[in-house]
Amino acid sequence: MAKSNKPIFWSLFAAGGTLAAFLAPVLALLFLMVAMGHAPALFSYANLHAFAAHWLGKAFLLGVITLFLWHAAHRLRVTLHDFGLRQDAVVAVVVYTVAAIGTGLSVLYLLRI
Amino acid sequence: MSRKPFVRPVSKTGWWLKHPRYMRYMSREVTCVFIGAFALLMLCTLERLSKGPEAYASFIAAIQGPLSVLGLLLVLIFAVHNATSWFNVTPKALPVQIGEEFLAGKYIIGAHYAVWIVASLVVLLLAGVI
Repeated sequence: MAKSNKPIFWSLFAAGGTLAAFLAPVLALLFLMVAMGHAPALFSYANLHAFAAHWLGKAFLLGVITLFLWHAAHRLRVTLHDFGLRQDAVVAVVVYTVAAIGTGLSVLYLLRI
Repeated sequence: MSRKPFVRPVSKTGWWLKHPRYMRYMSREVTCVFIGAFALLMLCTLERLSKGPEAYASFIAAIQGPLSVLGLLLVLIFAVHNATSWFNVTPKALPVQIGEEFLAGKYIIGAHYAVWIVASLVVLLLAGVI
């Protein structure tokens, strides 16, 4: 059987979609509160910094940000095809590269905290 | 066989406007734009946080305002749409077989909604909202 990289990207898509289903609404609500000027206590510099400084907080943030990115990247690839953009090879490289850069930057920023 | 078989013309870009079912499919697919944008917003938050209190404070001030509220409201709506559409197909994705029978879909969907509610409450609790 021919080797395919599809299972890797698809499993990241599925993992990210599941995590996003459980957490994206409530996290969006928190940011909405920030935007409305009613920032939750977690969003003070001291609290968020302490959260991101703990290894558990780091794991949570890394998982959420990177899996959301890989989920969105894979689905965007398929969706662009559905909207009539048929350059899948180029689209795939672009979306996965953005997700990979985002993953690298997440690691970098978390290590700096 | 006919020499010129009839090929129904289908628009490459607007096909999904032809049927409500296609539109529901596309509404589910475009949630990824908002999930991706939200992930990038969280990445920016992390970058500002790593730069120190002043950088973080000015970032928080910058994302306040009606435009951010509108954008995040859209993120919230599409995130909920992703969640409900994701959970509603779980009986197909994760069928549970007990002996000869399959567990009714409503229990699998219900379990996911229950975990969703608990997880959301835990996050709200940890964030100091409730």
